[in-house]
Amino acid sequence: MTTASSTPASSSTVVYADTAGPVPAGQAAEPGRRRNRLPFSPWHLLLAPLCLVFAIPLIWLLLSSVMSDAEINRFPPALWPSGIDLGGYRYVIGNAMFPRWFANSLIVSVTAVASNLVLGSLGGYAFARMRFAGSRVLLALMLATMAIPFQLTMIPTFLVMKRLGLIDSLGALIVPSLVTPFAVFLLRQFFLSLPRELEEAAWLDGCSRLGVLWRIVLPLSRPALSTVAVLTFLTTWNDLTWPLIAINHDTQYTLQLGLTTFQGQHHTRWSAVMAGNMITVLPVLLAFLFAQKTFIQSITSSGLKG
Amino acid sequence: MSRLPTPLTLADRGEKRGPRTRTRPLLGKGDPAPDIPPGGRSPRRRLRRETATAWAFVAPSVLVILGLSVVPVVWSLLLSFQADDLVTPSRWVGLDNYRALAQDPHFDQAVRNTVLYTALYVPLSIGIGLFLALALNRRIRLVGLYRTLIFVPFVISAAAQGVLFSFILDPEFGAANAVLNSFGISPQGFLNDPGQALFALLAISLWSGTGFCVVVLLAALQDVPPSLIEAARLDGTGRLQLLRHVVLPSLGPVMVFLLLWQAITSLQVFDLVYVTTKGGPLGSTTVIVYFIWEQAFKNFTAGYGAAAAYALAIALLLLAAVPRLTRALRDRARPDRRLEGAAR
Repeated sequence: MTTASSTPASSSTVVYADTAGPVPAGQAAEPGRRRNRLPFSPWHLLLAPLCLVFAIPLIWLLLSSVMSDAEINRFPPALWPSGIDLGGYRYVIGNAMFPRWFANSLIVSVTAVASNLVLGSLGGYAFARMRFAGSRVLLALMLATMAIPFQLTMIPTFLVMKRLGLIDSLGALIVPSLVTPFAVFLLRQFFLSLPRELEEAAWLDGCSRLGVLWRIVLPLSRPALSTVAVLTFLTTWNDLTWPLIAINHDTQYTLQLGLTTFQGQHHTRWSAVMAGNMITVLPVLLAFLFAQKTFIQSITSSGLKG
Repeated sequence: MSRLPTPLTLADRGEKRGPRTRTRPLLGKGDPAPDIPPGGRSPRRRLRRETATAWAFVAPSVLVILGLSVVPVVWSLLLSFQADDLVTPSRWVGLDNYRALAQDPHFDQAVRNTVLYTALYVPLSIGIGLFLALALNRRIRLVGLYRTLIFVPFVISAAAQGVLFSFILDPEFGAANAVLNSFGISPQGFLNDPGQALFALLAISLWSGTGFCVVVLLAALQDVPPSLIEAARLDGTGRLQLLRHVVLPSLGPVMVFLLLWQAITSLQVFDLVYVTTKGGPLGSTTVIVYFIWEQAFKNFTAGYGAAAAYALAIALLLLAAVPRLTRALRDRARPDRRLEGAAR
C-alpha cells in the first residue's frame, strides 16, 4: 500500500533534479536516499498554502457530508461539524436508487476495462506482429478516428443505438466503450518495443499465436496494460455526456447521472447530496491512492507520447 | 533488431510480391515484420491461415471503432444538410443549417463564451502548472504529498465537481460567501450572476485541470539532462538564466503538447456546464457543446445540432494541424534544420 507521501524517492520516475534552486549543502543526489530524511526548506512556506487551496474543496466535501442539515442551512454555515452525523449517508444508501446507480456504473466501467484489455491486446498484437491484407489501411483509419471529437459522432451514435434497440439500457453505455483506438494503438506500440526472440522461440516450439500472446507477451506488458486499465476506468466511471444522451429512465442511470439529478431534486438536503457525492468520487479516489504511481505514469506516458 | 536465422525466411516466398516485399525488413517505424511459419505444409496456405487469424484478432476492434466513428461521421455530415427532428422523416435543406448557424445570435454567443473560456483557461492552467512544477521539482520533505494534493482534483468527475461547487458557491448557504462574509465582503452571486458565472466555471476548471499540467511538466523537468544543468552551473550561469536558457527551451515539445491538449479539452467543455448552470444565467455560460446538445437532444433539431458539431470539429482539426503546418513551413524555409528534433 502506497500512501500519498511515501513513494520512495529512489523509484525510477521520481528523481528530483534540482533545476531552479541551490543544492543545499550535503544534498547531492544520493541514490536510495529515504524521503523522510529530506530537509525542510523555505519553499514550504509557498507550497503548503498553495496545496491547501487545492485540498480545501475536497476537505469541505468530506466535512459537509457528515454534518447535520441544520448546521449546513444556517447562515453563515458551520465551518466545522459539531459531531459526525451519518444521516446523509443513511438517506442516500436507503434511497433505493443510489445503490443501483452504483452497480450500474460498476458494471459499465468493469466491462469497459476488461474488454479494452482483451480486444485491445488482440488488435494491438495483430497490428504489431502480423502482416495481413489491409493491415496498413486499417491501422491508419484507426489512428484517424482518434482525431474525431465525440461531439461529432454523438448524434448519429444515438441513432445507431436506437436502431439496435439499446437506448435506455446499459448496453447503450457498454457498446461504445468496448474498445477504444487509444487502447489498440498504445498496446501495439508497446508490443513493438518488446524483443521478438522470445516470441519466435515459443512459436517455433509450436505455440499458437494466441498462446504466444497469452504466455509470453502479456506477462511482459504489465505497464501498458495497467495504463489502459487506469485510463479506461477513469474515463468510463467519470463520463456524464454519453449517459445523459443514451439513458432516460432512472433505473438505468450511472452514478454521475444519478448524482446530477439527485442534486436537482434534493437541493435542500445538502448533507445527503454531499454524501452521495462522496460515494461517487470514492472509487476513483481509492483507486488513485492505491495505484498512484500507475496513475501518474499513465497520465504522463499517454501525454508525452502524444 | 537482430536478423532472424535463415529457416525463418521461408514465409516470404508465399507472400504477394507487393511493393513492400523486402526479405528482411528492419523492425522499426511501425513496420510489422513478416511472419515466422508454424510447421504447416505449403507457405501459401500458411499465409492464408495467418491472415485469417490476424483478421480474427482485429475484427472486434475494427467493428466497434470504425462502426461507431466512420459511420457516424458520414451520417453527421448527411444530417447537417437535413432538417431532422429525430422523429418525422427528414427533409433535405442543403446548406441552410450552416447559413442559419452563421446568423444565429445564440450560436454566436456560445462561440464567444467558449473562446473566452479557452483563451483564459489554456494560459492560466499551463502558467500556474509550470510555476507549481518548478516549485515542486526539488528534493524536500512532503513533496510527494504536495503533488498528490494538486493532482487529486483531476481524477474527480466533472459531475461531482459541479455538484460540489454548486454547494460551495451557493449564494445563500455556500461556504464561499460565508468566508467572504467573515472578511466583510458582501455576498456574491457566483454561478447565478451572469457577469461571474463563466469565471466561476473557469476557476473550477483550473482547480481540477492544473494538476494535469503539473504532473506532465514535472515529468518533463525530470527529463532535462542533468549534465546540461551541471555544465551551465560550472559556467557560472545564474538561476534565472539557467531557467530561461536551459530548462524552459528543453520543455518546448511538452509545451506544444499541453497547449494543444488543454485547448482541445477546454473547447469541448460540457459536463461541468450542464451540472452547474445549464448554460445560464441568460446564456452567459452556454458553450459550443452545450449548444449542440441543446439543439439535438432538447429542441430535437438534430440536423442543426450536427451542423454546429461539424463547425466545432473543423475548428478542432485546424487547431491540431497548426503545429504540423508551422513545422512544415519552417522546414521548407530552412531545409538545413530539418534534422532537429521534431516537436512530438
